[in-house]
Amino acid sequence: MTNAHFEFVADTENNSMTVRRLFAAPRQLVWDCYTKPELLDRWYAPKPLTAKTKTMDFRPGGHWHFAMITPDGQEYWSRLDYQTISPIDGYTGLDGFSDADGGLVEGMPQSQQEVSFLDEGQHTRVVSQVQYGSREALQQVIDMGVEAGIASTLDRLDALLAELA
Amino acid sequence: MDNYQTSLDPVFHALSDATRRAVVQRLTQGEASVSQLAEPFDMALPSFMKHIQVLEGAGLVTTQKQGRVRQCRLEAERLAAVEAWFSEQRRTWQSRFEQLDSLLTQLQSGDRDD
Repeated sequence: MTNAHFEFVADTENNSMTVRRLFAAPRQLVWDCYTKPELLDRWYAPKPLTAKTKTMDFRPGGHWHFAMITPDGQEYWSRLDYQTISPIDGYTGLDGFSDADGGLVEGMPQSQQEVSFLDEGQHTRVVSQVQYGSREALQQVIDMGVEAGIASTLDRLDALLAELA
Repeated sequence: MDNYQTSLDPVFHALSDATRRAVVQRLTQGEASVSQLAEPFDMALPSFMKHIQVLEGAGLVTTQKQGRVRQCRLEAERLAAVEAWFSEQRRTWQSRFEQLDSLLTQLQSGDRDD
């Protein structure tokens, strides 16, 4: 039951992950939530962080520049560069770490994102595929996460194994 | 060939199998011999050894021969890196989506109320 609407798959061959999720809303509304900055700010940061858009230029060649902010005020900036957009079917873009001025962090890889929106009755399934250019690129992103102090203990292993099962 | 395999690709592969996940889970409780690990599985020992070799190849498990017994232990550090990343990614998306659920509910009830 818990995973009926949510699927998270890491692809070992292609250094990618695919996330599928069903939403109880029509496609146009879900599309808006993914593409309008005032709506993105209301959900895109995982709790307890909040998202804050600095600029949004939603067109091929444009980008979304935003921060995820921790409760104590630390800002993590990102930039999503849009490549292709076909309302309300999907978009592709490059996701990367940036600074507060929108400059990409040098030497850090960008991941390729492909997000698709599919009708499922009255509901909408969103499929996000995130692709890292190489195993090295993926490793770099992981190392950065580890360096940033993401907690990792064997205590959570049971949960992970259950998730992978 | 790339002998210094530091990427997590083999780890993903190693953990993609239910038998190997069960072995890893068992080893979180401490070292065990190959035959102890094999016991719960209805599997010929050579087949089971292949699973151990995959785990070894991924750097998740190291083995050491002690007399006639091959002892296995979990390499927690390596596992912690992939575990942290997997969990973090998954948690991030899950948390986002829960918030998006609430937002969609708000937006739709707002449409009806107005």
